[in-house]
Amino acid sequence: MKLAGLQWWKWLCIILLTYTAWQGFMIEVPRMAILHETIRNLFFHVTMWFSMILLMIASIVYGIRYLRTNLIENDIKASACIHSGIFLGVLGLLTGSLWAKYTWGAWWVNDAKLNGAAAAMLVYSAYLILRSSIDDEHKRARLAAVYSIFAFTLMLAFIMILPRMTDSLHPGNGGNPGFSNYDLDSKMRTVFYPAVIGWALLGAWISELEVRIRIIARQREQQ
Amino acid sequence: MAIVLTLAKKEFLLEWRQRSVTGGLLLYVISTVFICYLSIKKVVDLPTWNALFWIIQTFIAMNSIARSFLQESKGRMLYYYTIVDAESMILSKMVYGVSLMVVLSIIHLSIYSLLMGNPVQDFTMFGVAALLGSIGFSAVITMVSAIASKASGNIGLVSILGFPVLIPILMSTIRFSKCAMDGLGWVVAQKFAWLLIGLNLLVVALAYLLFPYLWRE
Repeated sequence: MKLAGLQWWKWLCIILLTYTAWQGFMIEVPRMAILHETIRNLFFHVTMWFSMILLMIASIVYGIRYLRTNLIENDIKASACIHSGIFLGVLGLLTGSLWAKYTWGAWWVNDAKLNGAAAAMLVYSAYLILRSSIDDEHKRARLAAVYSIFAFTLMLAFIMILPRMTDSLHPGNGGNPGFSNYDLDSKMRTVFYPAVIGWALLGAWISELEVRIRIIARQREQQ
Repeated sequence: MAIVLTLAKKEFLLEWRQRSVTGGLLLYVISTVFICYLSIKKVVDLPTWNALFWIIQTFIAMNSIARSFLQESKGRMLYYYTIVDAESMILSKMVYGVSLMVVLSIIHLSIYSLLMGNPVQDFTMFGVAALLGSIGFSAVITMVSAIASKASGNIGLVSILGFPVLIPILMSTIRFSKCAMDGLGWVVAQKFAWLLIGLNLLVVALAYLLFPYLWRE
């Protein structure tokens, strides 16, 4: 379904992100010691990482689809999801680092959750190197799919479990209260959930553009 | 199962016939520990002792298991393809990798303790940590070696692809063996043991499911 040349979910993305950007800075947030206004990072940092995880899962799904069908389109989709996942992951790292500077006093601390994030970025980089080292299209697609399913499944398990088992400075882990404890009147949720959907849709939009460009480029090459 | 054992036996036989390679690995273990010993003498700090042990362990695993698939020539792989199925192939390589890694860990631990001292309080638990860690390391590197052998056959690619994937297992093993060093008891340590067992099962299961797709050319 298209509205004025754009698909409906792209309009939804624009509306949700405009809402996030406006409300994220304008709504009343709980006044907390140390955190103060940095609590607003919940609407940006946390939601970007959520979307990155969603894109990671999407790339695993397209990887499995490629292995089952051998259609190169699935590989293009998987790698496009990974590219936009890296984009959101880097944004998540930057916003997180900025937040850490003002609440913990350092750009980076040695912490289970942060190290998990860094490890995820390393796997992303290794994936890119693997792709660039193979010339044959189908071979590249197959090996990249196998590696991404193997590495990202392990990484997801790691990111989900380890921070819950060890002490962590990060909110929501190791005895530290998560933001849900501060958000007594559920006001922050009214921005948080739309923001998650908004960023995820933006990731999907960027991936979709890359997929379309690469499919056209591939068709031209074949002609 | 019989095929897996036969294939694993073949790996051991090959290893035995190329004794110079095995000897090279031993020398690698000894000289790495010796270099660490020369560089930092005695480690007083417990976390550093533990971390250094596992860093050396990672590099030993990388050097010994990376050959797993890379040493097979294209012709030989084609021959295997005609006579065995993919699942037996990957399982046999893992059985072989895990055994090699366990032997190397024991040698590594004894030389390391001899030179650097051994402050471990709970030996059984440290042994379990070393065993579970070795299984995880060799399973991950065997799988990555299979991917790299299909990509370019370059041993450098194994470490590029392998290290990020090793991080989850490495981090959990380090925490687990730290509990053993401090003698904290199983009440504290068992969650790390379960996490490691879970990760190992996940790695083996993924390798078992994914290897058939690498196998067919």
